Amino acid sequence: MQQRFTRRSILKATAATVAGAAVAGSDLLDWSSAWAADSPFKPESGASLQVLRWKRFIQSEEDAFMELVAAFTKATGIEVEVLNESMDDVQPKSSVAVNVGAGPDLIWGLYSLPHLFPNRCTDLTDVADYLGGKYGGWVPAAETYGKSGDKWIGIPMCFGGNYINYRNSAIEKAGFKEVPQDLDGFLALCEAMKGGDMPAGMALGHATGDANAWVHWALWAHGAAMVDENDKVILNSPEAVAACEYVKKLYDAFIPGTASWNDGSNNKAFLAGEVGLTNNGISIYQKALVDGLDIQNDMDHAYYPVGPVGEPTEFHIAYPILVPTYTKFPNAAKAFIAFLMEAEQYNRWLEGSVAYLTHSLQAFEGNPIWTSDPKRKIFKEAANRTFVAGYKGSVGQKAASAIAEFIVVDMFANTATGQMSPADAVADATKKARRIYR
Amino acid sequence: MTDSTLRRSAVAMTGPGLWTRLNNDRNWLGFWFMLPAAAILVLFLTYPLGLGIWLSLTDASIGNPGKFVGILNFYEKECYGPDDCEIYGLFGDHVFWQSVWQTIFYTTVASVAKFAIGLYLALLLNNHLPFKAILRAVILLPFIVPTVLSAIAFWWIYDAQFSIISWSLTKLGLIDQYIDFLGDPWNARWSLIFANVWRGVPFVAITLLAGLQTVPPSLYEAATLDGAGRWQMFRHVTFPLLTPIIAVVMTFSVLFTFTDFQLIWAITRGGPANATHLMATLSYQRAILGGNMGEGAAISTAMIPFLLAAIMVSWFGLQRRKWQQGESDD
Repeated sequence: MQQRFTRRSILKATAATVAGAAVAGSDLLDWSSAWAADSPFKPESGASLQVLRWKRFIQSEEDAFMELVAAFTKATGIEVEVLNESMDDVQPKSSVAVNVGAGPDLIWGLYSLPHLFPNRCTDLTDVADYLGGKYGGWVPAAETYGKSGDKWIGIPMCFGGNYINYRNSAIEKAGFKEVPQDLDGFLALCEAMKGGDMPAGMALGHATGDANAWVHWALWAHGAAMVDENDKVILNSPEAVAACEYVKKLYDAFIPGTASWNDGSNNKAFLAGEVGLTNNGISIYQKALVDGLDIQNDMDHAYYPVGPVGEPTEFHIAYPILVPTYTKFPNAAKAFIAFLMEAEQYNRWLEGSVAYLTHSLQAFEGNPIWTSDPKRKIFKEAANRTFVAGYKGSVGQKAASAIAEFIVVDMFANTATGQMSPADAVADATKKARRIYR
Repeated sequence: MTDSTLRRSAVAMTGPGLWTRLNNDRNWLGFWFMLPAAAILVLFLTYPLGLGIWLSLTDASIGNPGKFVGILNFYEKECYGPDDCEIYGLFGDHVFWQSVWQTIFYTTVASVAKFAIGLYLALLLNNHLPFKAILRAVILLPFIVPTVLSAIAFWWIYDAQFSIISWSLTKLGLIDQYIDFLGDPWNARWSLIFANVWRGVPFVAITLLAGLQTVPPSLYEAATLDGAGRWQMFRHVTFPLLTPIIAVVMTFSVLFTFTDFQLIWAITRGGPANATHLMATLSYQRAILGGNMGEGAAISTAMIPFLLAAIMVSWFGLQRRKWQQGESDD
């Protein structure tokens, strides 16, 4: 996906970043109070907010987030209760809340969550326009995830980069100095690692984040996609079969058992030295840093290889926040979102997230976190490099259903575990996709 | 004067009012006492069941009540070309049929195993053993532990890289490579059945033990005097007297197993490649995660005939004796 910078957006971004930096040293409370007075979003009197968010993976991210929440409360007098749920539980909880018409005032979930119930999301176009105008515009993927037609139904607060995590010693032992950036080279690396103490391994179970990230990369890298631009199912293609054959070879080179891995399995296996290459966010590296593990000096991150399509086909997690229409305090909710994403707040939070989260507004490219440690650098580009759920089609309810049902993950798992031939697995997945996209 | 006397008599002859009579009538009193129970049943059982069946006939999605679509969630044929037709709805959905097959297999194997092990443990605990009270308490432990906690424990036990079973067998030199408990479809199915049996045995064992203790010792004494062996005593005294409680306990056991959700969801989420999806987990995935409430409700509705059949089999199969229904046995 191409970055779309204009002279205007860069000027705005620079100005905003400079403004943020100038204020960074001043008292947060003073600034917050001034912001509340000038904010275009005037909360309802007596408002209080309940926020449902995904449970943090990085403690410093949550600490920074809660500081911002406290600052918002002090500045506006609005009490904010934050509910933490595991990543996989946010969607069911929000689905139930929206269905019964009662629950949190703000829901911060994953991928295309707002598109599961677009008519039950408050129009946030004014917030998106305000923030986009002030901070250099939204990255293209954020706009796709946030908008339903011309209306913004969610604000993609950030993205979660998911890249190749590898042990330097493991790939060197396999005869490589870096992770190859082509499909054949990457397969050769994994096959060479199989003979060593630390083979490669990537989740092929029902792992929402990690499994979806790498199997979609594999599918798209071969030029296949579930649907075309008109949401017509085009999965049944030679490219998809080739992708299955490729993943089967990768799976055979992996450590045994990856078909049962969930989102936490690869973290455990990597930190325990069981695998020397996997795909993940920056949480493994951060865990090594915080706990002072030696592994921090022997690991790094790499982009996913580029396939025959000739461009990155990465799939990173989007984190959109939405305001259900049942809320009694839509303006307070809008003020809360706008407050969090002002440079004075967002920069602190981005630093606290130590590159686990990537900005969705172009202005934050200059955040010091992206230059503080070379091992974090590639995560800066996650939001600009990612494809979106439902690619090449729309990012609507059907795309959300297809992800929730792990159609692509199961297609590859069926092939990898020998349950089906690549052609049968593709045909099977096509049928499932047609059921959703009809 | 006469008129007023007559009027008073007429008033006296009308007797107690309707409300008083309703309050004093035995049948109406029974009705009043049953009303709260009926209200609870209607509110918490009939209404959700009816709503579920109604949703299965709609195209409802999250936040959208949907419209009536008849049986399209169960059967629908759509053609893309002259020779390119697909059957949609549950009827043409092989993942659904896979989940049906898996649910029946899971329920059958786990229920039989739970019954056999539970009965064995109950017979064992019915004897005079040292530390009998402590043993009975220990047997109950798996049932006391919250399901999700035991599921997480099993998830670790079955972990591809950190399994205590694989580790032990490797250390003993019995295997070279860790067992892929949850990555292989059949291993995953058996692993989940084991976890379910481990969790469900105490319920069966303790309930059957309670049943065993109601068998009068005089019957065993009489059987002994007649020269019956231990097997004959079990076959002709213990088992017939246990059948009512077996019917109840196995009905509940089958229902709990058929509708199992937590163990599957916490350990495999239906994976690998849908190999461990039960109807309950698939329904949840389609309705709540996928947003297709109508389709999810259709899967739940499809569970009803199976559950009714299970109840009928255990009720009419095991409770056919007249004396069990309050009549004399002839």
